[in-house]
Amino acid sequence: MGLKITDFKTDVFADWCPGCGDFGIMTAMQMALAEMGLEPHQIVLVSGIGCSGKVPHNVKTYGVHTLHGRTLPFAMGIKLANPELEVIAIGGDGDGLGIGAGHFVNTGRRNLDITYIIHNNGVYGLTKGQASPTLKLGLKTKAIPKPNINQAVNPIALALTSGYTFVARSYAYDVLHLKNTIIRAVEHKGLAFIDALQPCPTYNDINTKEWYGGEDRKDPNTGKPQPRLYKLDETGFDPIVHTEEEDLKKKLQAIEKANEWGDRIPIGVFYINDLEPTFIERIIHRIPFYLSKPPAKQEISDENGMSSADLTEFFEELKTS
Amino acid sequence: MNEINWMAGGPQGAGVDSAANILGRACGYGGLYVYGRREYHSNIKGLHSYFHLRISDQEVHANVNDVDLLAAFDAETVVRHINEVVPNGGIIVDKELVGTKVFNIPTLPYEFKDELHKYVDRKGLGDTLGDFLNGAKKEGVHIFLIPYTDLLKQIAAKLGIEKLVTVTRMINVLTIGVSFALLKYDQSLVEKAVLTVFSDKPKVADMNIVALREAYAYASHTFTNSFQRKLEKIDTTEQRIFLSGNQAVAMGKVLGGCRIQTYYPITPAADESEYLEAHEILKTRTGEGSIVVVQTEDEIAAINSASGACLAGARAATSTSGPGFSLMVEGLSWAGNCEVPVVITYYQRGAPATGLPTRFGQADLQFAVHAGHGDFPRIVLASGDIEECFYDAALAFNYAERYQMPVIHLIDKALANSSQTYRFFDTGSFKIERGAILGESELKDQQYRRFEFTESGISPRVILGTRNGVHWYTGDEHNEVGHISEEPANRDMMVEKRMRKLETADREIPMGEKLKVFGDEESENLVVSWGSPKGAILEAMNKLTREGLSLKFLQIRMIHPLPKEHVAELLKNATKIITVENNYSGQLAEIIREKTGIQTNFRILKFNGRPITMTEVYGALKKVLLGQAPERQVLTYGS
Repeated sequence: MGLKITDFKTDVFADWCPGCGDFGIMTAMQMALAEMGLEPHQIVLVSGIGCSGKVPHNVKTYGVHTLHGRTLPFAMGIKLANPELEVIAIGGDGDGLGIGAGHFVNTGRRNLDITYIIHNNGVYGLTKGQASPTLKLGLKTKAIPKPNINQAVNPIALALTSGYTFVARSYAYDVLHLKNTIIRAVEHKGLAFIDALQPCPTYNDINTKEWYGGEDRKDPNTGKPQPRLYKLDETGFDPIVHTEEEDLKKKLQAIEKANEWGDRIPIGVFYINDLEPTFIERIIHRIPFYLSKPPAKQEISDENGMSSADLTEFFEELKTS
Repeated sequence: MNEINWMAGGPQGAGVDSAANILGRACGYGGLYVYGRREYHSNIKGLHSYFHLRISDQEVHANVNDVDLLAAFDAETVVRHINEVVPNGGIIVDKELVGTKVFNIPTLPYEFKDELHKYVDRKGLGDTLGDFLNGAKKEGVHIFLIPYTDLLKQIAAKLGIEKLVTVTRMINVLTIGVSFALLKYDQSLVEKAVLTVFSDKPKVADMNIVALREAYAYASHTFTNSFQRKLEKIDTTEQRIFLSGNQAVAMGKVLGGCRIQTYYPITPAADESEYLEAHEILKTRTGEGSIVVVQTEDEIAAINSASGACLAGARAATSTSGPGFSLMVEGLSWAGNCEVPVVITYYQRGAPATGLPTRFGQADLQFAVHAGHGDFPRIVLASGDIEECFYDAALAFNYAERYQMPVIHLIDKALANSSQTYRFFDTGSFKIERGAILGESELKDQQYRRFEFTESGISPRVILGTRNGVHWYTGDEHNEVGHISEEPANRDMMVEKRMRKLETADREIPMGEKLKVFGDEESENLVVSWGSPKGAILEAMNKLTREGLSLKFLQIRMIHPLPKEHVAELLKNATKIITVENNYSGQLAEIIREKTGIQTNFRILKFNGRPITMTEVYGALKKVLLGQAPERQVLTYGS
């Protein structure tokens, strides 16, 4: 029916700082949704707390802006109640890998059929620039009083070892790449993760747009900046797990790639495994009619409004007469 | 009188639970009523646990202090409970244990041994189990020493089993056999119970039947007429069930249309979720149904995924206990702010911190009412018995959806782990009330306002996924559409709107669902309580009434919003207002004072981790009525 990007825009003022990567992620999201042909009411955007948490208010789909770190549990409840909904969870790096790290790992164990995008900028922006779990050890971004004394979490490697079956990285300022990555993630069967690298123009004065763009390391011959980001698929990297036996090998190569940082930072898809049963499939294994009668769609009352429950079997088990 | 207080005790893992289950069923088959309380340590194997069953031809709602027949699987059970056995009562114990040095029992904690030393000194006893038993014998208690090893050898021979260890697990059934033989109870009913309890393990069932017969034959032959107490079956055509509070809540949730249950393992709540999961495929009159039970990574995920499910249109609940609820509190506040109809089943246990994880307490009342940052509406409903657990578990969903707010269904360990005989519950007249929900056909092209300002405070909901209904939720303060708003005027109106729902709920929910009044309408003596002490209070009140002491009992079920005018009215007409609750501070009494300005006069409190027995509350109330009680009585019975 040909929805346009504008069909996914709201009239809410996006209050991020000028130059914030959130603008790119929001735009990529709107473009992806329009391109996929989904209608606004079929989608639920679930977010956490922080600058990224506000994204749903700027996207015209159902939006659930939840608590700090709790994006994934809310998303799980929504998806399990009505698996027809396309559920996309988004949150910051502190949200997903700090306060919500337990949910990050455990949602992976379930291979829940949703998409999860982390806005990764290395800082807690909305609380004025503290170090996030992805800021490297020893770095001192401008608002923190002393250099960071914590090692950084590697989101890609953590996703791979937690059970995510689609693991990718993209960049907020490469909107087309991000849009395409979102589409692939949403279309993936199972739990998809996107590590969306994103400068914070206000608080992260190290991993800036210029830094990602390689402005500080110009080619001595051409004088052109040498971007740090490169695309995995342009290197012949094959992220797909073709057979179950191949899984470990594919995970290990992805982890190896995930550890590249500094002058060469890969973006693109690190790992895809379509062989692992999704959480929905695991439920169907126990409740065969789950998809045709999901929790939100069951008739719990009859035509007179009375409970439709038939507890005969419970009583039979417990009866003493 | 056709009534027996039977206790079975032994190390955890020795089959105390299945013994009690067999016994409860066997009595049920004979038309008798049973009330059973389960006590256990926070331990998997080895520490002391027991089941205290009260069996009667009359309905029973609570335990008493007395034990008529103590079936001990080990020496510790005798040592711990010997002083509860009444004169003319009996103790069944392994003959080989009489030489046990009591103070060498490794599982006895030193603080208990200190008390035991005092007991031994006071009674002038020696330090063997035999000495203890002889002491009891002098006080008129019958001692039944059973040669379990010999019996087991005979059973093994009959079954053609060489290794004795294969049959030692059946000591529990031997004990039951001896107990019923002493009580001269119909053996066929006990066999029927054994077959039912082990219906999924036919081989085990057969072995247990052999053991049971052996025990019956031995005891009937050896102890002819040496025990005066009898238990007789009575005829009844009534259909009855014997169930625990955990089971009742699970069934109530099914009745109430719950289709997603989330939980993180915690005592004493987890049994309910596991029971639901075992019954995840449901029969309904509208076709097949199911409940999806999800074990989450923590209680934070449990409440928030339940809330998510609610937004997507399912009736969803989570079950927990105090430590888990503490973790849920931020999620509760979000649900309050975003008007989410989530149900939290809150099983109180001994607190604070880890407290008494497997024991009882009612000290989370104020917490349930006040938990969460900010002013937001919630309903706190407290059940008083297992039957109420069933209906309230269903009712909670109606309240939650009608008023679009979290409902805390407050129960406790004594309800969760006690079992009671009931007539089949009525399931035909429970109406599902989902409150105002707009469907696709009722939505137009203009922007739907999820949090529309209305007179009742209730804004019709739209379920996520509904065409033309796109809207937003946020834990931030929001405008009618659901977008973040920090505007002061909107803030005022939104807070007022949310809180107005509580007044609407208070106005609409029938008084009969909020409180119950029992006893003498005209009495000036008013007992006020909530939760599981109900059964003990009702029985004590009946006993006091028979003695000519008049009493009225107000059971408050709706703790929040408290029906304060009605409660105040009842309180004003009373001279003596006595609160009964299982906590240190008298939390209900404080809520009553806060909401009505009325100071209650007497507090009967208990916080040792064990429920109030009928015996205790009878004694405490009588003291108050006779003018012999201080303002604060602390009850201490427990083993």
